[in-house]
Amino acid sequence: MSLDAMSCPLPLSEHASVQLAHGGGGRLMRRLIEDIFLPAFSNPGLAERHDATVLPIGPERIAFTTDSYVVSPLFFPGGDIGKLAVYGTVNDLAMAGARPAYLSCGFILEEGLPMTDLERIVASMRQAAAETGVQLVTGDTKVVDRGKGDGIFINTAGIGRVEPGVDIRPSRVRPGDAVLVSGDLGRHGVAILSVREGLSFETPIASDCGSLAGLVATLLEAGVEIHCLRDLTRGGLASALNEVAMDARVGIEVQQVQIPVHEAVAGACELLGLDPCYVANEGRLVAFVAPHHAELAVSVMRGHPQGEGATAIGTVTATDPGVVTNQTWLGGKRLMDLLSGEQLPRIC
Amino acid sequence: MRFVDEYRDQASAAAYAGAIKDLVTRPWAVMEICGGQTHAIVRYGLQDLLPEGVELIHGPGCPVCVTPVEILDRALAVAARPEVTFCSFGDMLRVPGTRKDLFTVKSEGADVRIVYSPMDAVELARQSPEREVVFFAVGFETTAPANAMAVFRAHQLGLSNFSMLVSHVLVPPAIEALLSDPETRVNGFLAAGHVCTVMGTSEYGPLAERFKVPIVVTGFEPLDILQGLHMVLKQLEEGRHEVENQYLRSVRSEGNPPAQRMVSEVFSVVPRQWRGLGEIPASGLGLAPAYAAYDAVLKFDVGAISAAESPDCISGEILKGLKKPRDCAAFGTRCTPDAPLGAPMVSSEGACAAYYRYRRA
Repeated sequence: MSLDAMSCPLPLSEHASVQLAHGGGGRLMRRLIEDIFLPAFSNPGLAERHDATVLPIGPERIAFTTDSYVVSPLFFPGGDIGKLAVYGTVNDLAMAGARPAYLSCGFILEEGLPMTDLERIVASMRQAAAETGVQLVTGDTKVVDRGKGDGIFINTAGIGRVEPGVDIRPSRVRPGDAVLVSGDLGRHGVAILSVREGLSFETPIASDCGSLAGLVATLLEAGVEIHCLRDLTRGGLASALNEVAMDARVGIEVQQVQIPVHEAVAGACELLGLDPCYVANEGRLVAFVAPHHAELAVSVMRGHPQGEGATAIGTVTATDPGVVTNQTWLGGKRLMDLLSGEQLPRIC
Repeated sequence: MRFVDEYRDQASAAAYAGAIKDLVTRPWAVMEICGGQTHAIVRYGLQDLLPEGVELIHGPGCPVCVTPVEILDRALAVAARPEVTFCSFGDMLRVPGTRKDLFTVKSEGADVRIVYSPMDAVELARQSPEREVVFFAVGFETTAPANAMAVFRAHQLGLSNFSMLVSHVLVPPAIEALLSDPETRVNGFLAAGHVCTVMGTSEYGPLAERFKVPIVVTGFEPLDILQGLHMVLKQLEEGRHEVENQYLRSVRSEGNPPAQRMVSEVFSVVPRQWRGLGEIPASGLGLAPAYAAYDAVLKFDVGAISAAESPDCISGEILKGLKKPRDCAAFGTRCTPDAPLGAPMVSSEGACAAYYRYRRA
């Protein structure tokens, strides 16, 4: 073995230690994945960089995914960490077109967490699992010293079956594809902020946290030619679009005026200096569908309770691969870039 | 949203853009002073609505961008102390000092918190007498009254564990410095509406007169900016140079006297370093001698910390509209939005950051 081959394969990152922004769903997180994780574990499943990986097992295909849930506060308007832990993983499976079936669940509990809180969280997980038709079939529990966890951290992994003929992944996105969202944006992020910062608004805003599996199943049953799906979590719509644009090497053009935002969310964002396109959601997806199926997809989504606010927001282009542009309200154009980390409230 | 959507109306914007097109007979360069206006221009793509000859130069009115490295290094030194809880507005946390930013010292164990108001920091100091609470007071005349009020309140409450790291800057001296450069290309200004809501408009008359430039006090919504531009361009085309007020719904000529009194009670005018522009005399606010006990620089003895700006950065010339980001040797190589050397690359609305993204496109 040559000396070169023995040297550390991991390039030094510019940050000597992990920053919060490395988990913010933006550019720093993408770089962390590209510099540290992808080179270490390189394989075809990982290379697709989808929300869930689709794997052949015998003649069948299953989707497999995992996600960890760290949220403060644990309970917020419209949901809690337990619901998130079930819906989030179920949604990642659904984004590969899979029918979610089984979840694992790892609890990391902080010494001193009130037992009543844990019971509430578990009851809410049970309800979310029953609603989405998944079973929590294996689990693990660890307890850490007081001060070494934020009450409770939950990890769930999930598998689901992918029906023959279903092929939903970033690299299938084509110029001309229609870009659709399943509903209005930013509710989860604003609901969390309102509790965390003690901000109260005239219209209380509840998180959108919910399962997208039923919506995706309905789209597939209706025969919509779906090329790619992404659930809009941290980093919001803008980050999801940028990821797909980079991974599929296409351009994406959206119309600001078409992007649905509830008035109360828009008002809260205006006040806090945030752009709703970068605010987190927990029950919304963006779909890339064949152009001749755009109208069908919107009407099918609108017929489902989870997609009532569905609308077309833009198209995929062959120009400017990797770049997302936004036609503003007034007809000007701007780039909708990936942020470095999380959005920060502005001074002015 | 009522009272907001009216100022973003597409038909009115198109009408104003048309009026500007009809008005302009030759090229003009107009500087919008305030970062909030730059933000709106970028967010709504206003430059695309203007005729080719009208150039918008983004001014030095982003408090995040112009805070010098030296102040950042002092903030980092104070924040790293174990007894300190360091409170700041969110967007200061990723601005780089010589080697680190506040996010980095936070990851190393410092107690750094994002607050929405300086009064939150005062409240924190009241609740945590065992902690030294420091507020990072950055901004223009707009944020100065609330910051002054926080010091005043801490003084009323007798809080000895509250202090402020002050890096306040003032708009008129910056305009003066920009216009004093014989090479400057700026023909007219949109002055910052919220600064004038506090300070009034009287400071701008002498500048307009001395440098023969029109100055229009302008708001922050797209229609405000288009109307403000129309007013500046009309003056330029007619050869006038006056102070006009577009932002009538907020700005009175005398400003807000109680807010001004609070500012002059707590702060006094001092020379200030601006990132990219260097030291400008009488261009900042510092704590007045009577409130020196609340000065974090004295309390934690960080006055000796000094730092030089990156010699590679040409942000001064960019802020004056003399050079474009591509003229900089460091642009896109040693200086990127993730690792910025200077002001215009720090803020997402800075000229260099905007160019960096468009270049990729």
